[in-house]
Amino acid sequence: MARMKFLCDADRCIDCNACVTACKNENEVPWGINRRRVVTINDGKPGERSVSMACMHCTDSPCAEVCPVRCIFQTDDGVVLHSKDLCIGCGYCFYACPFGAPQYPKIGNFGSRGKMDKCTYCAGGGGTEVSGSIDEYRKYGANRLAQGKLPMCAEMCSTKSLLAGDGEIIAQIYKERVLKRGYGSGAWGWMTAYYEGIST
Amino acid sequence: MSAATPLIESFRRPFALLAMVAALAVGAPALAEQRSPDGAFAPDANAVKEQELLQQAPRIEGRIDIPDTRESVLMQPAGRRWDYFHEITLHWVGAVVLLGMIALLTLAYLIIGRIRISAGRSGRKIVRFSFFERFSHWLTAVSFVLLGLTGLNITFGKVVLLPVIGEDAFSSVAQAAKYIHNFVAFAFVLGLVLIVVLWIRDNVPRKVDVDWFKQGGGFIKSKHAPAGRFNAGEKLVFWFVLGAGVAVIGSGLLLLFPFYMTNIAGMQLAQLVHAFVAVVFVAVIIAHIYIGTLGMEGAFEAMGTGEVDLNWAKEHHDQWFAEKEAGAQLAQPPVTATK
Repeated sequence: MARMKFLCDADRCIDCNACVTACKNENEVPWGINRRRVVTINDGKPGERSVSMACMHCTDSPCAEVCPVRCIFQTDDGVVLHSKDLCIGCGYCFYACPFGAPQYPKIGNFGSRGKMDKCTYCAGGGGTEVSGSIDEYRKYGANRLAQGKLPMCAEMCSTKSLLAGDGEIIAQIYKERVLKRGYGSGAWGWMTAYYEGIST
Repeated sequence: MSAATPLIESFRRPFALLAMVAALAVGAPALAEQRSPDGAFAPDANAVKEQELLQQAPRIEGRIDIPDTRESVLMQPAGRRWDYFHEITLHWVGAVVLLGMIALLTLAYLIIGRIRISAGRSGRKIVRFSFFERFSHWLTAVSFVLLGLTGLNITFGKVVLLPVIGEDAFSSVAQAAKYIHNFVAFAFVLGLVLIVVLWIRDNVPRKVDVDWFKQGGGFIKSKHAPAGRFNAGEKLVFWFVLGAGVAVIGSGLLLLFPFYMTNIAGMQLAQLVHAFVAVVFVAVIIAHIYIGTLGMEGAFEAMGTGEVDLNWAKEHHDQWFAEKEAGAQLAQPPVTATK
């Protein structure tokens, strides 16, 4: 069984934000919610790098562990999903997430954040809705994975910086790239998310 | 252009040199700059690297194009550490502290038993707490119990309650509990302010408190432990409630208005302080409830009706009773003396 992962090759990312736009459009994400974002480190300085970041679908997902109602879980493909019917909007998943992935529709004073929303790896939702149904789409967004397609962000990436797919395959692609061009700033977030980097 | 040029540059400007020395002192990027074969700066080879950034700071932050400033943090591996504290440490500490306290009190009840009024009830009453004092106490007490139960639900509910009532029902309960916790908090703040204002004067430590401890705090039947209006044990509870109360209120406000006053690390710390202090708080209050009800005859009525038996007052608060009696006799001797 495949273990789905994301990998952002920061040496290729040009901060075009097409992944962000693709995600918002594909999943009809509400205003104020960013399931994916691009962060630029050392902006304007030599060695500046941009990294596209969303839920990394971590191994031993800290969000799932801290959730007080146990509404977050990992599928057999390694995708971390959650049920918006069970979520109480406590905000703990945001404190635990190493990547700032969980999002809430409201600011959150007095605990009124609303139901958590985050990247679903374009794999629908973790609720009781039928896979691929319109109800699932309205609540969680697209279910491309069920159709055999990868997340829209990675598919739309203009420089093929953002890779999605089975962890071993995308790690291999990244290794080959680094060997060929002679440098690589690393698989951002992999050590934290999967307890393993990619040795090159 | 030689590689040494920037170094010479920095010698010319004292502040740049100072900055460089400071950078070397803290061990910041002292790594050799990589250069292309022609000697030019190689931007790709010198690109920022994740592990190096994480060695310099606990979080990697950068510039973002969206308004949500929290999202400028690209990565904070500390999230996993917070997860560990919350799921492993807090669960164990909480269980040990709370169950330990209950076990301790059970043991105390079995060994010492209920502390009786040794002279028996006199049948005469003396006012210990006014209506307003009792109102303040019960406002704090009721809100504390609600906060304690709903707070424990957030940490232990998924272990204790969820398997019993199922995930849908538990989600509804937890949602309601969250709002109860967030709004009843204000009643607790008001209650705490009231009891502190009302009782801080009588809770200032005095010499008699040392004697109270030396005499075994009233738990040894053969010895009499002297006390004023509040005995040393009550004073300890008072100051603990004040300290722990300020800690949970402060951290609670940070959690109630997330990210207004602090960043992600501050939010994690606030949650940890809130949770660990609250667990100890609940344990201490369980002991307070025990001694005020089951543990001692004649104690509950002080907060119930506000009046205590004369003999109870003499045995547990002799100095307060003496003051009270002296004052009452001066004012209206017949009424209080004979009732």
